[in-house]
Amino acid sequence: MSILSGVTDFPPRLRFRIPALWILATAAAAAACIPLLYLVIRAAQADSAAWADVFSGETGRLLLNTALLALSVTATSAALALPMAYLTERTDLPFARWWRSITIIPLAVPSYVGGFAFIVAFGPHGSLQQLLSPLGVESIPSLYGFVGAWLTLTLFTYPYLLLVIRAGLRDLDPAQEEAARSLGQSAWGAFWRVTVPQLRVPLAAGSLLVALYVISDFGAVSMMRFDTFTRAIFVRFGSSFDRSTLAVLSLVLVALVAVVLAIDWSQRRNARYHRLGAGAARAPRLIQLRRYRWPASAGLTFVMAVALLVPVAVLFHWLANGLRQGETFPGLWSAALHSLEASALAGGVAVAAAIPIAIVVVRRPGVLARVIDRAAYVGYALPGIVVAFALIFFSLRVTPGLYQTLGILIFAYAVLFLPQAISGLRSSLVRVQPGIEEASRSLTRNSWQTFYSVTLPLIAPGVLAGFSLVFLTTMKELPATLLLAPIGFETLATNLWAQHQDVYFARAAANALLLLGCAALPMIILFGNDRDLRA
Amino acid sequence: MDNHPADESEGAQAPRTGNALLMLNPRSPLTTSLFAHRLFLGLLLLAALAFGLSACSDDAQQDEDHGQLTIYSGRGESLVGPLIERFEAETGIAVRVRYAGTAELAAAILEEGERSPADIYYAQDAGALAALAEAGALSRLPDDLVERVSESFADADAFWIATSGRARVLVYSPERVPNPPDSVFDLVNEEWRGRVGWAPTNASFQAFVTAMRQIHGEEATEAWLRGMIANDIREFPGNSPQVQAVGDGEIDIGLVNHYYLFRFLAEDPGFAAANHFTDPGAAGGLINIAGVALLESSENDDNALAFIRFLLGEEAQTYFRDETSEYPVSAEVEARAELIPLEDLSPPSLALTSLADLEGTLDLLQAVGALP
Repeated sequence: MSILSGVTDFPPRLRFRIPALWILATAAAAAACIPLLYLVIRAAQADSAAWADVFSGETGRLLLNTALLALSVTATSAALALPMAYLTERTDLPFARWWRSITIIPLAVPSYVGGFAFIVAFGPHGSLQQLLSPLGVESIPSLYGFVGAWLTLTLFTYPYLLLVIRAGLRDLDPAQEEAARSLGQSAWGAFWRVTVPQLRVPLAAGSLLVALYVISDFGAVSMMRFDTFTRAIFVRFGSSFDRSTLAVLSLVLVALVAVVLAIDWSQRRNARYHRLGAGAARAPRLIQLRRYRWPASAGLTFVMAVALLVPVAVLFHWLANGLRQGETFPGLWSAALHSLEASALAGGVAVAAAIPIAIVVVRRPGVLARVIDRAAYVGYALPGIVVAFALIFFSLRVTPGLYQTLGILIFAYAVLFLPQAISGLRSSLVRVQPGIEEASRSLTRNSWQTFYSVTLPLIAPGVLAGFSLVFLTTMKELPATLLLAPIGFETLATNLWAQHQDVYFARAAANALLLLGCAALPMIILFGNDRDLRA
Repeated sequence: MDNHPADESEGAQAPRTGNALLMLNPRSPLTTSLFAHRLFLGLLLLAALAFGLSACSDDAQQDEDHGQLTIYSGRGESLVGPLIERFEAETGIAVRVRYAGTAELAAAILEEGERSPADIYYAQDAGALAALAEAGALSRLPDDLVERVSESFADADAFWIATSGRARVLVYSPERVPNPPDSVFDLVNEEWRGRVGWAPTNASFQAFVTAMRQIHGEEATEAWLRGMIANDIREFPGNSPQVQAVGDGEIDIGLVNHYYLFRFLAEDPGFAAANHFTDPGAAGGLINIAGVALLESSENDDNALAFIRFLLGEEAQTYFRDETSEYPVSAEVEARAELIPLEDLSPPSLALTSLADLEGTLDLLQAVGALP
């Protein structure tokens, strides 16, 4: 780097000549706030009774339930995801490649399907109880209420943390761990004192994704009969069709989300997570698990058995019943194509929109960057139905030609899932030394060229993580798809929901299994084929 | 990616060679960089494609000869899709259907207002139809249509009309409940403690409570609700989970609509549950409906009315009887043999429109703690 020290007028970092970066970042964050604008417009039309309803003791109870559930699910998800990420990325775990793909698939299980499957399997008279009844077990602890919602949501949302942590781990410089080891720390000590603190950004970003998902979930809490605020919103809206009541209640939810985002804000520090000084990070050595190989494998197998095998077994049972009755499965393949098309597009658009925000947040920290970042989370934390109504409202007024087209649907997905893409990107971007970008700029590359040829390759794991998160979440998205998709654009998720409602269980199972397949295949291609640290 | 051995070795050697650009991230062989670029270009291409596709997807399949028809259906495609296909085949009208929840579609129609692309709203329950009628979103139907069904199956102001009926019943386990009660009011007795399920969030259940308020009064209804809760009622998210729970042995009796059981039997002929009709003349014998309406914003009346006429015709009414196990509303078609005929069921004598008073029911359900 000494050659560069004589250069005056050093081009600082990744600077785009026009504030294009800021314009793009602000536009993306503003788009995510469209639902909030809609809520304000609708809530202004609400009568006083709707507001009086909000300030009742019931609201407090619901908010408390919601906060409790969000906290618990986040904590257990982190407890699951951190060791899973470490085992699959940094150890000589057998079949690590395979585990890397398979451990994120539970994300694609719609939470109401997972909840239903858990009731069939672990409910009061479920398969587990029947399995245990010869042993004299008359009843097992009830799944309904908090426990069921907590279990279901943990097992189907931990991959948010897992994917983001893994992207962070992948870019982690092993030098600090090695320094800790050389100073006498055990492998555990180095993990807790060095690796985990280094993962602060992905841990925080992933936790935020999980917590906000729990706040906006309806499927699992409805199946498990646990009263959260979102459930109350759906219940009241479902009976009254009153959009101003919906808006008033949703604004309360926004307030709760604001608290969560404020906590996250206060926790974030502008610490450096990239390497300082000359030289580059080397590939980390794989930790030899030795005698822990099989306990570790057994642990992963157990988690996957509950999160994936149980739902799949229940689905196959339904499918087998239907096949015996000669059930037909119309529209299966076109729904699969629609699902893949919409999810891939949503992943691509969300990542593209997230890139400027991630760059601003990491490279230009400050109040404006933080506001943009927080704003991007608004759409994600709201129930999908709110986003759907907001886009009905604005699309018909502003872009009537786009109403109920694929374009508006993809836009809705991007509004809903933008933070997932940002989280993936941020976790990678914080590890990239600004000096490398500066070097590229000093070697006459402009900002766009530098981004494309230097930064982008370095944050590939983050791009991949962000894309996968959005892809998998879009696969199972329901309320916005039902209302905003082009007419006749049925997806696996919408078919699955409708057929389950109408008690066509075999058809629903076929759609659900195909959905899992469509989710798994790209993940196996993306993660099974990618760089193995052992190479 | 395995066919770049040269790249791999370059990447692996980078830390030692100290070449500036290759040093950037020696852990990241050029294969990864290529991969990232491909991924990024792919994403951009997809984004461009999305908007390209969306731009040209407008009215792609307009049928010049017979026009088209857009339906918002709260009834699922598995239930009514085949019927709509028959209508298309018979009339040549190209039908486009948006399938979603009855409540969500009602609210979407209100949100769309004059700009709604829908011509027809096809709902699972009368409450949603009544709410749209009240909001002025529906057009009056011509007399010749309304006259095709008995008075209790059409809106008094002719804003909507029933196409099929469903009876409120008890679904029960014949094995564990040899003598199911003849009145829902018996379910508060000690005998049924912890053995009964209901679905307070479900529109049909709420219509049933509304009917109970109209027939038996607010006080009796509140006492019944509180009695049920005190009797350890089990809560379910809908009708079909209750039928499932009866089959699984989780509960012995569920408060549901009659036709769900037939779907369970179609999926599994050995399914161990049966229907029991209660309370002739009381709320327990309520007939709920699926119904259809013409939107005020529609400028496609001819095709829309042709569709409603088709739903009330013999072919569709027979379809509802045979395929969805519902009650036909037209006098021309008789009910299934295994169901009690409508006239013997003597449903409570109250206009279905009065079931639109959901607000009072919701307040009551919240007051007793049955709803969040």
